[in-house]
Order: sequence, then C-alpha cells, then structure tokens
Amino acid sequence: MPENSIATAQVDISQHSFRAFMRRLFALTRKEVRQLLRDKSNLSIGLLLPVILMLIFGYGLSLDVKNAPIAVVMDDASPTAMEAVVGLQLSPFLSPLMLTSMQEAEAMMLAREVDGIVRVPSSYSRDLAAGHASIQVIVHGAEASRASIILNYLTATLAQQGSRSADRLGGISQGGLGYINVESRLWFNESNTSTWYLVPGLIVLIITLVGAFLTALVMAREWERGTFEALFVTPVKPVEILLAKIIPYFCVGIIGLAMCLCTARFLFGVPMEGSLIILLFASVLYLLVALGIGLLISSVTKNQFMASQVSLLVSLLPVFMLSGFMFDLRNVPMAINIIGHLFPATHFMSLIKTLMLAGNVWPQIILECSILIAYAVLFISLARVVTRKRLD
Amino acid sequence: MNTAGSAVQIEGLHKQFLDKESGRKIVALRDINLAIPAGTISAFVGPDGAGKTTLLRLMAGLLRADTGSVEVLGVDARRDPQQIQDRISYMPQRFGLYEDLSVQENLDLYADLHGVAAQDRVKRYARLMEMTGLAKFTARPAGKLSGGMKQKLGLACTLVRSPELLLLDEPTVGVDPLSRVELWEIVEQLRQDEHLTVIISTAYLDEAERCAQVYVLHEGEVLAHGTPQALSDHARGRCFMALQQSRQPSRVLQAKLLDNTDMIIDAVPQGGDVRFILNEHTQSDAPALQEVLDGARVEAVKPRLEDGFMVLMRAKLHQDKAAVEASLAAAASLSNSSANAQGPASDTSDEVMIEVRDLVRKFGDFIAVNSTSFAVKRGEIFGLLGPNGAGKTTTFRMLCGLLPATSGFLQVAGVNLRTARADARRRIGYVSQKFSLYGNLSVMENLEFFGGAYGLRGKRLRQRIATVTEQFELHGLERTPSGHLPGGFKQRLAMAVGLLHEPDILFLDEPTSGTDPLARREFWRRITALANTGVTIIITTHFLDEAEYCDRIVIQDAGELKALGTPREVWVQAGHSASSPLNMEKAFIDIVNQARQAAARSEQEVAHA
Repeated sequence: MPENSIATAQVDISQHSFRAFMRRLFALTRKEVRQLLRDKSNLSIGLLLPVILMLIFGYGLSLDVKNAPIAVVMDDASPTAMEAVVGLQLSPFLSPLMLTSMQEAEAMMLAREVDGIVRVPSSYSRDLAAGHASIQVIVHGAEASRASIILNYLTATLAQQGSRSADRLGGISQGGLGYINVESRLWFNESNTSTWYLVPGLIVLIITLVGAFLTALVMAREWERGTFEALFVTPVKPVEILLAKIIPYFCVGIIGLAMCLCTARFLFGVPMEGSLIILLFASVLYLLVALGIGLLISSVTKNQFMASQVSLLVSLLPVFMLSGFMFDLRNVPMAINIIGHLFPATHFMSLIKTLMLAGNVWPQIILECSILIAYAVLFISLARVVTRKRLD
Repeated sequence: MNTAGSAVQIEGLHKQFLDKESGRKIVALRDINLAIPAGTISAFVGPDGAGKTTLLRLMAGLLRADTGSVEVLGVDARRDPQQIQDRISYMPQRFGLYEDLSVQENLDLYADLHGVAAQDRVKRYARLMEMTGLAKFTARPAGKLSGGMKQKLGLACTLVRSPELLLLDEPTVGVDPLSRVELWEIVEQLRQDEHLTVIISTAYLDEAERCAQVYVLHEGEVLAHGTPQALSDHARGRCFMALQQSRQPSRVLQAKLLDNTDMIIDAVPQGGDVRFILNEHTQSDAPALQEVLDGARVEAVKPRLEDGFMVLMRAKLHQDKAAVEASLAAAASLSNSSANAQGPASDTSDEVMIEVRDLVRKFGDFIAVNSTSFAVKRGEIFGLLGPNGAGKTTTFRMLCGLLPATSGFLQVAGVNLRTARADARRRIGYVSQKFSLYGNLSVMENLEFFGGAYGLRGKRLRQRIATVTEQFELHGLERTPSGHLPGGFKQRLAMAVGLLHEPDILFLDEPTSGTDPLARREFWRRITALANTGVTIIITTHFLDEAEYCDRIVIQDAGELKALGTPREVWVQAGHSASSPLNMEKAFIDIVNQARQAAARSEQEVAHA
C-alpha cells in the first residue's frame, strides 16, 4: 500500500535523523570533553579555583573579629573591679591585656598593638555600691566596621558581667540605675560567622565562573581559531554545537557545586536548613542561566579577549558587587537595588542563602525559581538565535 | 549555458561588507556570473582581496549574497544552505584543526559528523593515510604537526567521505613545493577516481595551469575566464626569451626590460635568462628593443598562463597606466641615482656583511639549525629557501638577533651578535611576514614612532621620513590610518619603516606570499634597486621562481644546509648540467629529496650495523 509505505518512510527518516542527531551530538561532546581534559588551564579554572576560593574566603577573608587585642586599664584593683572585666577573658572574640597605666594603653593603641581600651576607673567599686558604676570603652575607629563589631562585643560582654554582678548583689535595685540587661540574638546565622554568609555566595560565584566565563571563552576560541568555519560546512546543526558545549561544562559546574557544598558542610559546618533537593534544583537552573549567558556573549563577541572582558563585566562583577554577596541590597540606594535585581545572580543568591541558613520558604522558592527558569529560557534561546552557521 | 552540467551556477552576484572601523562599505564581489562544470577542477586565481574566499564562502552557504543567486548542486544557497553543507566538503584557508586533539581524533570527529559508516571508514582511512603519509602520526596532537602536515590533515578531514563538490581555499599557501606537489596529486587522483567537482583558489598560477577552467578575479570582478590555454593565448606571439651572453645576474637585464614600459608588458628572470612579453605595438626586431637587449639573443617562446594573466592585468590597469608607470619609474630612479654614485651593481664590494660559522640552535633535544655556515657580501640579495620546518625562520631570527644561537659564530655588519646584539640591531632593518605596524596609527605617526624608536629625531628624522615617503610613494597617504591601506601599500610602509634608520642589511620574511604577480614584479624591482644602492638583502620566500632574483641562495632541510650558491650553482648541485635551462622548483625538490633519501639510507645502515 503506497500510503502506508510513505508513512513508514517518514518514520524511518525521522528515526534516522534522530540517530544522526545523537551521533553528531555524541561526536561533538566527546571532542569537547577531550579538549576540556587536555586543556589544563580550563579544567583548573573549573575545578581547582572553586576549592582555592572556598579556602580563601572560608579562612582568609572572614569578616569576623577573633581574639582582638584589648588593653584593660585597672585603676581600681579591687576584686569587684576584677570581676567586671573577667568576662573579657572568657570571650573568644577578645584577648584582653591587663595594664596599670592609661599612658601605656594609649601608646599601644597608637601603635595599633591593641584595637581598644577598657578603663575601669578608681571609683568603680564605690560607684557600683552606689548603683551608678561606669566603665570607659575606647575603640580604634580606623576600620569602621571592625571597630563597631569590637565595640559591640565589648559592651555586650561588660553588660553581661555587670548584670550578673548586680544579681549577686541581691537584686535590690531591680530595674534600677545603670543595669541594662542586653539580650542580643541573631537570627538565621546564629553564630554570626561570616563564613556561613559567604559560602552560599561562593557557590553562586563558582557556578557563574564555570557557566558564563569558561563557556564564553571556549566558544569564542572556536570563532577566533577559525575551527568553526570547517565545522559549519558539515551536516552539524547549531543546536548540536550549543548542546555539545553545554553538556561538559554543565558537568564541571555540577562537580564544582558538589565540592562547594561538601566544603561548606564538612569544613565550615554551614547548616543546611532547607531542602537539599530544592537547592540542587535551583543550582541547576542557575547553571543553565550562566551557560546561556556565556554562550550568548561568545556568539556575539566571537573573540576570546572581548568575551572574557564582557563576561567579567556582566556576570562576575555583579555577583561580587550587586547580588548581595558582599553588600546587603537592602542597604543600598533604590536605583542600585533595582539594577541588582536585574541580574539573575541576585535571585539565586537570595534563594540559596535562605535555603542554607533559614529553611524552605515556599513563596520565595517558587518566585525565584520561576525567575531563574525565565532567564534560562531567555538566554539559551537568545544564544540559539545568535549562533548561526554564518560568517557575516 | 548548460545548467544541467553545472555544479555551481552564479548569476548577478553582489556582496559587500561593512568595515566596522571606518564605517564604510567595502565591495567584495560585484556582478559575478559563472557556471562551474561538474566533474572538473576549476581554479579561482587572483591577489589577496580579490574576492576568492568570499566567493567560496558564499558557495558553502557561510555567507549570504546581497543580490543575485548562488545555486550549488541545484540547491539555492540562500534558501537551504544546510542541504548544501550536507553534500559538499569545504577546506577553509586556515583549516580549523583542533590542535589538542590527535590526528586520529580529528579524523574521527569529521567522520562522525558526516555519518561515515564504520565499515567504510577502514577503507577510507587507509586510503587517506596512504595519500597523506600521516599513518605514522595518528596519535600525535594536530598542533604538533608541521605546516605542510597540518594542511594535509585538513584535506584528509575534508575528504573523510566523497563529497559531490569539493571547495579548497588556498590549500597550498604557506606549504613548501614538496607538499604542494603531493596535495595536488591527492586532489587529481580523487577527481579521477570519484568524479569529484573541485573548486580551488590559489595565488600560484602554475597550479591554476593544471585546472580545466580558470577564473581570474580582480577587485571583486571576474576579469577573464576560460581554459588555461585560452587565457595564455592573450599573450600569444608576444612572449620571448632574452638569452644572455654575459655572466651578469639575469635580474639586471630583467630590470632594464621592465623599465621600458612603452614596449614591454612584463619581464621575469627565468632559467638564467629573461622572459619578457612585448606589448601589441612592438615587434621583437624593433631597434629600440635591440638597444635595451644589448646583444642578448631573442627567441620566441610559448605563452604560459602567467603571461596571459600579466597581459590581462596590464590591460585592466591601462586606465591608470600612468600610475603604474610612475610607480615603476620611481622604483627604478632609486637605482639610477645610486648607480651614478656608486658604479654598476655588479661591482659590489667584497666587504662581508654577514658571516655565519657552525651556527647551531637547539630547542631542548630538537636541533632546529645544525652547523650552518655561510657569508653574505655587501649589496647581495641572499635568499633562504626550504620546506616548512627546515630551519629557515630560526636561521632568519638568529641573523636579526631575535633569537640567541646555541653555539657557533655569528657576525652581522661587523658586529658579533653573541656579544653586541643591540649594536647589530641598529644596523639592520626587519620587515616581518605579518603586518606588524600599528594599524590605528596613521602612516606618518608610524614613521615618526619607529624613527624615534631607532633613535632618530629632529631634522634628521624629518629628512629620513621625507626620503622614504618619496622612495616608497607614500605621498598623500600620510594621514591614512595604516590599517586601512591596501595590501601592497602596507608592505611599502613596512619597508619604509624598516629602512628609516638607513640599515646596512634589510631582512624580509616571506614578503611576497599572498600578493599577485603584478605586485611581486614591483616589489622585486624595488628590491633589486635597493641592492644596487649597497643595501644587503636577506629574504625568505616560498615562490621558487623568485630565487632567480637572488644573487645567491641557500636551501635548508631538517635544519641542515643542503645547497649554497648562485641559482645556477645550486642547479648543478642538484645534479643537472650547467648548460641546461634551470628550473628552481625542480632543483629544490631534487635537492631535498636527495638529502632525505641519503638520510634514510644512512639510518638503514645504522640499523643494520
């Protein structure tokens, strides 16, 4: 029957073309993987750099204050006075240095040997009994953020100790003069370690690096070296070229992500409050967005130098500056806040921080994931449109 | 026109590009009409920028025509480029081999992409390996092959299956004569065995002579087309050899003939004599001609494709004939003025400008140049010839002080390069193969900058700039950004820059690759004139017929010096009789082959022992 045979023929053709598609895709992907494995520089950017960044950010670039040297000047050497400052010694954030003269303390402060001075006045014991004791706290203000952290630690530690002494004195002056009971709590990052805060950001950074930066370079290299010209005049379709670029770098990105998550969990003890599955899902989405951006950049610039510059500007720098990685977007001017939210990295950043440090906040998960899906579809289809087998 | 028999049919084709820097539109092709017959080899010839590559890319569906139609294998290239790309094979000028993949992996990639079945592959690979001689290197990364090998691998990748149409874009550029011969054998064999239609673009006219159809492209237009025979016939009855009686270099007579533009269209040194073409009004027995020939015997010869090409090009340029004459006259004036001052060219002094003894250069274990010795005298034109990877470039770089020698004695312009490299550099000029001036600086700014870099300033700098602008006719172009200059002018500027500080020696690295015969004539006229002023010229070239412009040449292979002497001496060293007409290409191939066979023999002897 002729009709039937036509139908079978069509099936054959479509099956044949699917097989041809898979064969070409396999050939291109294998080529891509071989190149990736042989080009040590790309592989180390993809796998070694994440580890190095993790270690640098985790240990080196901590924003925490630990063991800040503090001069303690005891003008009053009574046991009551000693009790007031004993809390400083127990604090892991401060390392007090007992001195007897204020001049010495000032000299050390000027030499930046200490970050602050705590001075217990000679009238401390007397004033305490009278109910209005005071302790002078001076902090070196050259590094504003560090100074305010130290100041916070100092006042908190001293106040805690003060309230304890007051309790012991019999609690007569409940609600009385000078005894402020400071109860501070931090939500979501209970220990207030910046590592917890930075590590989710690093994951964003590393996915961006592998997805956008590396892919932009490898694609632009083909344009630059003229390898595409010969490749184009074969049955290869643009979609196959794009997929073959995406597949290996997607895998590298996933390996990088896994390494980040392991380091975060086992080395820095970052909690995983939300669902790991959702986190992986969101990371995959963001990786696709980054790959799309990388492919788009390289197809437009067609040269490695431009591609690296552009991908630095539109993908890596925004991760650092505008995504809330370093600076909280709620504290920046409105305009910058809006610009920040134009970058997909910002959405992934806020999602991954919530997932790791707070838990599953479903409205946010749904919103940010939809935004990421939209970006992924947008960039990958743009890359598809821009990548044509044409040289003009 | 017989459409059925045409593999490619082009009608009314126009293509222009937008130059991003200047914002101007550049016409790449205008009004192209052609029909390429199936089952033949056709050639596009023409200088760089003539539109050869654009035309091939349009056929491959990589570019889209502005107007007009391109039909390849009966398929409209605009409507369905993919179908064309499924059926043809295309080898771009710079074949994009993946350098970190091995030879085998590159081949497999293309075989997979073309869907070559596993059982067909075995046979095909065996054949390709046999033809290309790559069998020994299948595991080697493509990036570590020599230039000729890369070209052959590129061709092998394009030929993993039998296409219906094969497009080759300058497959032999930068490939030495030995590899060229081999590449052509492969193409010819395939055409016979598989009835391929082949379209090839080339700057070598002797290659075009092997093709069934030749299309001469010039500035985006087809100047002429036909069989090589038909094109050669444009010069029929006007080609002659001037057989020299004296022993002076043939370039002296060649220069004299070329300067007589009112009688002579073209003159080239050939086989120790001079080949020339008369224009249509001049008879070979004209008294004025006899005077120029100065006793040389004249013999009529059969025209070659190159002769026909020269006639066509000159006719094309007839409109601005004045410009051509002026440029040749300017090139020549240099030699006349200096000839008066310094006497005839043949009287070059015996002063040794370059002396090389037992020069060795190693890169790790690899010996790039092995115990090479020669000397070059003042005013000599000295050519370095050799296949790719022979050590030409390494020798050249050591001579200009860009690369230190591993051992040996090297003296340039009386200065030992191993101890006083900076001094020697001041006395040499260097023109690199690639345009290495600042493209976004104007001609004048480039001259000023490089003059300053050579330590010229003030009045002296202005004087030198004036002299070289005059000498290389860069007047009126002073403010043009040098990147926008046409190819020939770029080279003139590069030479002007190289000569700013009045060096004793000028080094030229492959100055004529990619230029058309017309530009090459003009270039050599300048070089011979320059040599007459006492400047020593060291030059590398792939065009072996150009070896005849040289006073002496050296042929290198695998780092060893294989032959040294005047072109005729080298011809004799190649095993030919001194009186037979010399053919530098043949001499070259013979010498390199003999050396390789000898090497293979001694290897065998060692193995047996």
